[in-house]
Amino acid sequence: MLHVERLTRRFPNGVVALDGIDLSVGEGEIVSVLGTSGCGKSTLLRLLMGLDAPSAGRVTVDGVPVTGPVPSVGVIFQEPRLMPWLSVADNVRFGIAKLDRTEREARLAEALELVGLTEFADAYPRELSGGMAQRVAIARALVRRPSILLLDEPFSALDNFTRIALQDHLLRIWAAQRITMVFVTHDIEEALTLGDRVIVMRGSPGRIHREILPGPRPRLRNTLAFHTLKDEVATALNLFEDAGGI
Amino acid sequence: MSVSLTLAGRKEAAAPPRRARRRLPKGWIAPLVILVAWEILARAGVFKPNLMPGPTDVGGELLYLFERGRLFDHMGMTLWRVGGGFLAGVAAATLFGALTGYSRTTRELLDPTIQALKAVPSLAWVPLFILWFGIFEASKVALIAVGVFFPVYLSLMSGIQDVDRKLVEVGEVLGLGRFEIVWRILVPATLPSYLVGLRAGLALGWMFVIAAELMGASKGLGFLMFDGQMTGRPAQIIAALILFAVLGKLTDAALTLAARPLLAWQDSFGTMTERADAAR
Ligand SMILES: Nc1ncnc2c1ncn2[C@@H]1O[C@H](COP(=O)(O)OP(=O)(O)OP(=O)(O)O)[C@@H](O)[C@H]1O
Ligand SMILES: [Mg+2]
Repeated sequence: MLHVERLTRRFPNGVVALDGIDLSVGEGEIVSVLGTSGCGKSTLLRLLMGLDAPSAGRVTVDGVPVTGPVPSVGVIFQEPRLMPWLSVADNVRFGIAKLDRTEREARLAEALELVGLTEFADAYPRELSGGMAQRVAIARALVRRPSILLLDEPFSALDNFTRIALQDHLLRIWAAQRITMVFVTHDIEEALTLGDRVIVMRGSPGRIHREILPGPRPRLRNTLAFHTLKDEVATALNLFEDAGGI
Repeated sequence: MSVSLTLAGRKEAAAPPRRARRRLPKGWIAPLVILVAWEILARAGVFKPNLMPGPTDVGGELLYLFERGRLFDHMGMTLWRVGGGFLAGVAAATLFGALTGYSRTTRELLDPTIQALKAVPSLAWVPLFILWFGIFEASKVALIAVGVFFPVYLSLMSGIQDVDRKLVEVGEVLGLGRFEIVWRILVPATLPSYLVGLRAGLALGWMFVIAAELMGASKGLGFLMFDGQMTGRPAQIIAALILFAVLGKLTDAALTLAARPLLAWQDSFGTMTERADAAR
């Protein structure tokens, strides 16, 4: 479905943000990409989105090399990035303007329903809370019926309650539509809750360090197994050494 | 204690709106006070009548012009010149501002030259324009257009460049083409700063029309001022001054009003105070 081969990104200033990344994401799979700040997660995702070009290696979607944004790939950024001059409904319609009217309105209604914002269709972004705005961004991506969804720390600016609610939300959408997802985060629990696989990255230069399989769903946060997994991931991230053994 | 405090606070907060509706808008207070003081001082003979006539004399002058049918002639002529110069200046500024704002190549090609031209004090164009376009309307309109051009050009160019790259990326990711990104993202995102440029350009247009009319005209508010100076009639000069203020304010208000529906989405400090005013 989504293949990354020996992907390298060297910036003009000499920083090697990614160095020989290999990754395959199968259909309907959720892959969490976890790593500390600056390890190259956003760089990787921007390459997958077709917003940036690699220095070496390549990305393919269904066997076709990615040279720019791909229609079947949906994207959710860290910030909602809504057009402030458009209502919620128009923001969601933004990427489906070419569909005919009935189809467009049907999809709009469905997407708003899915994120629970039907009543806010006519609201403007300035009238929304952070969580609501991010839900609009999710609807804007889903309304295009993507087969792959790329998410770059989509919930990191939100409070804990909203974040957990939106994680559940995303999982329900995934359960219904089986969209393939690459979910970048720096939150260990989030990576473990969502991912079928958790890819642990380490920075400078950015490389994949380990892959962890969290096991069957649902993953209850308060179980011993979950805590053991968290420790394992933290070790992989090198967090304990950095903390000076405390 | 705290209960009575909140209640008192509520009462105070609730009371003003009702009074405010009957009160005069705040902007009128200062002019009215000045007007009354001016009239009193003029009647008391503090000002010399041949230099500084009172408001009633100025009013009389306006009435006189109106009765002779000259008032709207002069105003219309000046409005026509400002309008023509404004449209020409805005058209040129929009073309060049859009080109230099959007494309780095054209910016590197054209902007240094335009910036250099901007360094020429605009009135310095007068002799050249008169030579080129004659002393009649064309040179006046050209001068006003030059004054309007620069603020509109600058705010449009910087407005386009300041558009959030992140919004443009959303457009790319959603499969918008180049033209769609311009039309559906860059244009709406640039509108607020474009409007600021238009207002500044209009204000400069009013400034330059005076210069244009002072340099030789047989009609218009600037001519009226010049004529008042030559014939020693300060009331006529002040009347023209007041008409300039009224027309300037009215055209600015019309521009803002016309743009309001396009900018209702803005969420900035300015709109916050505006909303507070609306609520009052
Ligand atoms: N446009 C750029 N030019 C130069 N260096 C860059 C650029 N973008 C990112 N980098 C560098 O590449 C490295 C990886 O950055 P990246 O944004 O991918 O990190 P990240 O893992 O997403 O971090 P965070 O969790 O803080 O978002 C960093 O060292 C950063 O300084
Ligand atoms: Mg990042």
